[in-house]
Amino acid sequence: MQIEKYYHKSDALVVGTGLAGLRAALALADAGIDTITISKVYPTRSHSVSAQGGIAAAIGHASDDSTELHMWDTVKGSDYLGDQDAIEMFVNEAIKTVYEMEHMGVVFSRMPDGRIAQRRFGGHSRPRAVYAADYTGHVLLHTLFEQCIKKKVRFFNEFFVLKLILREDGVVSGVVAWDIRNGGLHIFNAKATLFATGGFGRAFKITSNSFTNTGDGLSLVLREGLPIEDLEFVQFHPTGLYRLGILVSEAARGEGGYLINGKGERFMKRYAPEKMELAPRDVVARAEQTEINEGRGIDGKDYIYLDLRHLGAEKIKERLPQIRELAMNFLGVDPIKEPIPIQPTAHYQMGGIPTTKRGEVLGDGKSQVVPGFYAAGEAACVSIHGANRLGTNSQQEAITMGRITGLAMAEFVKKADLMPVPDKAVEEAEAHVRRYLEGKGSVRPFELRERLHEIMTNKVGIFRNERDLTEAVRQVRELEAEIPNIHVEDKGVRFNLDLQEALETENLLVFSEVIAAGALNRRESRGAHYRVDYPKRDDENWLKHTLAWKTPEGVKFDYKPVVITKYQPQERKY
Amino acid sequence: MKRKFRIFRYQPDKDKKPYYKEYEIEIEDGWTVLDALNHIHWYVDGTLAYRRACRSEICGSCAMRINGKNRLACKTQIKTLGSGTIKIEPLPGLPIIKDMVVDMDPFFRNLEKVKPYFIKYSPLPEEEQLQTPEERDLINEAAMCILCGACTTSCPSFWANPDYLGPAALLKAYRFIFDSRDEGGKERLEIINDRNGLWRCHAIFNCTEACPKNINITHYIKKLQNLAVNNQF
Ligand SMILES: Cc1cc2nc3c(=O)[nH]c(=O)nc-3n(C[C@H](O)[C@H](O)[C@H](O)COP(=O)(O)OP(=O)(O)OC[C@H]3O[C@@H](n4cnc5c(N)ncnc54)[C@H](O)[C@@H]3O)c2cc1C
Ligand code: SF4
Ligand code: FES
Repeated sequence: MQIEKYYHKSDALVVGTGLAGLRAALALADAGIDTITISKVYPTRSHSVSAQGGIAAAIGHASDDSTELHMWDTVKGSDYLGDQDAIEMFVNEAIKTVYEMEHMGVVFSRMPDGRIAQRRFGGHSRPRAVYAADYTGHVLLHTLFEQCIKKKVRFFNEFFVLKLILREDGVVSGVVAWDIRNGGLHIFNAKATLFATGGFGRAFKITSNSFTNTGDGLSLVLREGLPIEDLEFVQFHPTGLYRLGILVSEAARGEGGYLINGKGERFMKRYAPEKMELAPRDVVARAEQTEINEGRGIDGKDYIYLDLRHLGAEKIKERLPQIRELAMNFLGVDPIKEPIPIQPTAHYQMGGIPTTKRGEVLGDGKSQVVPGFYAAGEAACVSIHGANRLGTNSQQEAITMGRITGLAMAEFVKKADLMPVPDKAVEEAEAHVRRYLEGKGSVRPFELRERLHEIMTNKVGIFRNERDLTEAVRQVRELEAEIPNIHVEDKGVRFNLDLQEALETENLLVFSEVIAAGALNRRESRGAHYRVDYPKRDDENWLKHTLAWKTPEGVKFDYKPVVITKYQPQERKY
Repeated sequence: MKRKFRIFRYQPDKDKKPYYKEYEIEIEDGWTVLDALNHIHWYVDGTLAYRRACRSEICGSCAMRINGKNRLACKTQIKTLGSGTIKIEPLPGLPIIKDMVVDMDPFFRNLEKVKPYFIKYSPLPEEEQLQTPEERDLINEAAMCILCGACTTSCPSFWANPDYLGPAALLKAYRFIFDSRDEGGKERLEIINDRNGLWRCHAIFNCTEACPKNINITHYIKKLQNLAVNNQF
């Protein structure tokens, strides 16, 4: 079969049009840099659009907040695994980010005097979340998209990136992508390439993430022999709609919602007596799962209640309209009248592609920058969130790091040369697609996905142990071995959803081994990573970041120290 | 429970003309039309094409025609669709790429025409521009648009004339023109105060009925028409 090839050149290339990618594209456009953005969906379909609750910044409109407090909360929330130099930079830039977004026209919720309103969120000691009701991500993403239209950013929408072009001299010079709509390979040659490819939630059965969150960026990087940092830290959000995983924002608890077990008890008093429902997510999700495991779910089943009734109809309609709509439509429950059945849902990846504070990707994970390669947003690991992210810190990270990284790229392309794309990279990408379009396998992509979901959910979930994790690593590797056997039914080139799902399934399998192996390797409990057999945090041996490489023999590990500047690790109580 | 789906199929480069294919599948309580499409794609027919991302009514990917009405597949509970065969087709009025996947570029190009971005000429304050909750309320609903295209592609004026900006683009214009902070109102109004803009809306209300976000689009277009007539800028 004939596969057409098309070549494009630009100074900068942005893969991903979520908050991180669009903010970077805007920074590049503002600097007058010729920029192309690529995304497997139209920009406003990117997962960022689903973010609900808010974006953190210590602007102190509703309290005596300060950047020091924001930093302290983030460090403590991260269970001391966050790099404090990065966090310090982040909390300061966060304030600028919020005002800058307001200047672009974001419709933030307001106080009666016209200033930006703020609300409470878990793990934050002050009301720090800037928000637009419960559709904050939607208004932020649309605003960035609008500004990109204004600046005439060049979009390649519905292109699936298949391969990162890492040359033998260690320089990245672009990507190869598949045109989803019309078929054909597009070779994008650029001086600087950014991965803002988002998270990996679709590795789990119950997830808040959109179908697009298949961790493609991670697997593309791993395939080129580069490392990934701290991937074992998976955030499970305490409030997903029962069985569906669709998110009920933490804003529901920020506004005063209660968590209730089968005995009608506000059980958080036994786990976090002071912060109660507003303890950080790792703490709340574990508490919830414990209640369920010990038979105190609703009617002894695997869910509990989020009760908002006491907030009253008016507050629910004004501050949480989307959540009400979702609960009514998907579960037939009106939160004004009934409690919402909920369970933990896989939500966020704390780890990712290791970068410097300017978004430059580290080839050894530690100090060696890969020329021409950048990462930002959920796909990257700076590390601001360490072992557990606080709610509202990730939209903030995506936008703030998007801007900083875009500026770093602009600086870089001004003095860098365009390095050619080796033929080998294009041939490899072509062979990859051909294997699916021309080959004959026997296992359907979704069959593999379902098997992966079982493994990841049952063995690499909220509570982990040596036996399950050992099994999980072995089983994921077995699934990976089946990749050459994947059968794509659709052999056409136009909008071939089957092909896309095969490619995505392959990506899920590639990085999932790293999560499982990392969790097995880390014999302690920290933040979202909880080992039943090692229930204590072990600073002596494990106050360090994991770096992981894929090898044919399995995952290989190295480590790097955590950057500690102001706050020494201490016991974490809420 | 078993349900029948009659689904539009078309690959312009392969098929001479569109046809419908029937699928009968076992559905579970609480399933949406999107759940059914996924099930068919995963287990029955891998060649089926449609768009979806968030599956929670917010990304705007999955608008299609379900039993003759434009709706979001991920929002439409199967149990609300009666007991007969469920008919699924692409949004009308846009070129078909494959099956339920239409070319949204014309829709986005119309949007781009109305300067769909915040415009400010005066110097910005160091911190935020003030906006009272009441001022924000004027545009809050309009800003909830998810650009799904259900409205524009349900409008007979748009079917008759693809140059018509369409309700979604006009709504976007409203969102900025009525934003107390924005200063591009006059230039935007000039663009939409046109035969192919405001004045092609005959208040048929199809758009408002189709909108999955329950936005009262016709009402906002009316407000723009009044503004244009009174020329308040
Ligand atoms: C339901 C939900 C609610 C949330 N609420 C909040 C909140 O209130 N506050 C908060 O701070 N955080 C929240 N988060 C987290 C936050 O939304 C995300 O972490 C953040 O938006 C990620 O942005 P991003 O730009 O990194 O990635 P994304 O928005 O996920 O964008 C990824 C982009 O990469 C593209 N892409 C990926 N792979 C490929 C490929 N192979 N080829 C081409 N393109 C590709 C996609 O098309 C997409 O454009 C929430 C998350 C969820 C799931
Ligand atoms: S106004 Fe409603 S129907 Fe039209 S694009 Fe926006 S959300 Fe969709
Ligand atoms: S899948 Fe996002 S709106 Fe339906």
